[in-house]
Amino acid sequence: MTLEILEPGLSTTVQDRGRFGHYNVGIPQGGSMDQLSAEIVNALVGNSAEEAVLECTYLGPKFRTSAPAVVAVGGAPVEVKVNGATVSQWEAIELAAGDEVSFGFLQGGTRYYVAVRGGIDVPLVLGSRSTYALGALGGYKGRKLAAGDEVPVGDTASGEVLAGIAPELRPAFPGETEIRVLLGLYDHRLTDSGLATLLDSTWTLTPVADRTGLRYSGPAVEWKAREQPFGAGSDPSNIVDAGYAVGSIQIPGGKEPIVLHRDAVSGGGYAMVATVISADMDQLARSAPGTKTRFVAVTMEEAVAARAEGKALRRSIWG
Amino acid sequence: MSDTLGAGSLKGTARYTWGGDEFLFVEISEAMSLAANFKSNSMATRLGDRALAGVTEICPANASLLVRFDPDVLDAAELEATMREIEVEVDNTAHPVLNTRLIEVPVWYDDPYTRETGARFRSGHQRPEGTDLDFAAEVNNLSGAAEFIRRHHSSPWLVSMVGFVAGLPFMFQMVPREQQLEVPKYLSPRTDTPPLTVGHGGCFACIYSVRGAGGYQMFGIAAAPIFDPAQSLADFKDFMVFFKPGDIVKFRPVDEDEYKSIKDQVEAGTFVYKQVPVTFDLAEALDDPESYNTKLLENLNDS
Repeated sequence: MTLEILEPGLSTTVQDRGRFGHYNVGIPQGGSMDQLSAEIVNALVGNSAEEAVLECTYLGPKFRTSAPAVVAVGGAPVEVKVNGATVSQWEAIELAAGDEVSFGFLQGGTRYYVAVRGGIDVPLVLGSRSTYALGALGGYKGRKLAAGDEVPVGDTASGEVLAGIAPELRPAFPGETEIRVLLGLYDHRLTDSGLATLLDSTWTLTPVADRTGLRYSGPAVEWKAREQPFGAGSDPSNIVDAGYAVGSIQIPGGKEPIVLHRDAVSGGGYAMVATVISADMDQLARSAPGTKTRFVAVTMEEAVAARAEGKALRRSIWG
Repeated sequence: MSDTLGAGSLKGTARYTWGGDEFLFVEISEAMSLAANFKSNSMATRLGDRALAGVTEICPANASLLVRFDPDVLDAAELEATMREIEVEVDNTAHPVLNTRLIEVPVWYDDPYTRETGARFRSGHQRPEGTDLDFAAEVNNLSGAAEFIRRHHSSPWLVSMVGFVAGLPFMFQMVPREQQLEVPKYLSPRTDTPPLTVGHGGCFACIYSVRGAGGYQMFGIAAAPIFDPAQSLADFKDFMVFFKPGDIVKFRPVDEDEYKSIKDQVEAGTFVYKQVPVTFDLAEALDDPESYNTKLLENLNDS
């Protein structure tokens, strides 16, 4: 069976848990930006957590099913419509052949996810179905969806369709958020006041936010002046090009910190000063432009504990 | 041993720091040098050989190394201890060599594609008149574009890092520091760069693997692909990315006719890169770069 794409939406891509093992040649991990939301909608339709879903950004697609199907929509709050009639998010939806699914405007957040029982069945490329559009790799023909695409759906799902998901397990999409970070990498290159500015300020997410990263506006952050080492660029925020940790924060020229996300470049010449802990990468991805954000420094022990909490939460979803 | 390639003493100098709970970052040196890159690469290879459970990505870079790990499987402290052990092993290697390959990369220098793109983005450039090649020649005190091009393809380059985007090689010129070509990046990055553009920023050359944004100066265009997701050419049969850290590159200038003939071979699926296996000896290279390079490049003539 297929989903026939009638309208593609702003940027709708096939994503899964991500593509690992090729970061050393610049192929990013990719995958759903909000992994938890994607995992919940998979659980709702009886898929495994590995199945690929559609990631919809701001303005969703309109599609028609070629055969009876079970779908679920979760993530950022949005009105979901079947043949024009509103249905619920965070619940499995039974569709007949020829039903049309469309979406209203987002009421918060950035991205929502559509799981179909059986999973989006595009070919695995380097172990993943995730779309890496810059490299024209994976997903549906290596690109975001376009009108007229016929997106294949798998025919095997072993799990049971869930009646629903407890409201307290659903992610929140607040206008203010705290993101935990581990200081490190090149934080010693900031002045004491620069580091204090990073941690004590409230940052506002700018519209420059996509799958590669999120740029924040706020006060200038001071770097220590120095004679630059050979091969590094001329600005104090430059380093000899190095690998970038996913989730790391760079502050080019001391202005507008950028947090790298799942489709970011794998390396470059800007010093990173902290990294968002793995447990908070989903929460970061849920931020809409305008979100007031504070970066809170934690220890490695706290980061590992938060990661364990996230795992426990996921176990409770899968029962 | 001469220190002209920027060797210095890098024994035990690495700095260990964390990129969140999943990344260990090892800075070999703040400054770029052949020796720092060699050490990063050697540590990466040895970590790979150990096949440590929980290590998920090993990414050697110019003068640093990024390791990704799963903290549920591998404790951060254990990974750091292992890397420090590996650093001592690498520091104590009496005669470091790299078994790698020497690859000839055909380039159409001063081509119309990069020239047109350069003209479109002139307002973001240090030198609004002329081309990126004219600018590069000027800042390196060379007589002109032709002399710059000659210097660019007459010595070998080491692939010191692959990344940024899929399959993009950063290359470091294997000549003493005072002879290295250095060109600042664009003042304001371009939003467009033709695929396969041969670029340059700071002391690094690169080949853009895909079309997109870029800030490096543009000198020419490589004739054959370096990233092939469809894996249609023989050189890509095993993997869609051509370059690996440690590869040694020799650029060969081609004219429009040969560029087009190579394009035809790529189209027909018959193009293969000229490449030979070589053993790169760091001490010999640092000791007498000029004669070492001459000897190294002779391997291409024999093949």
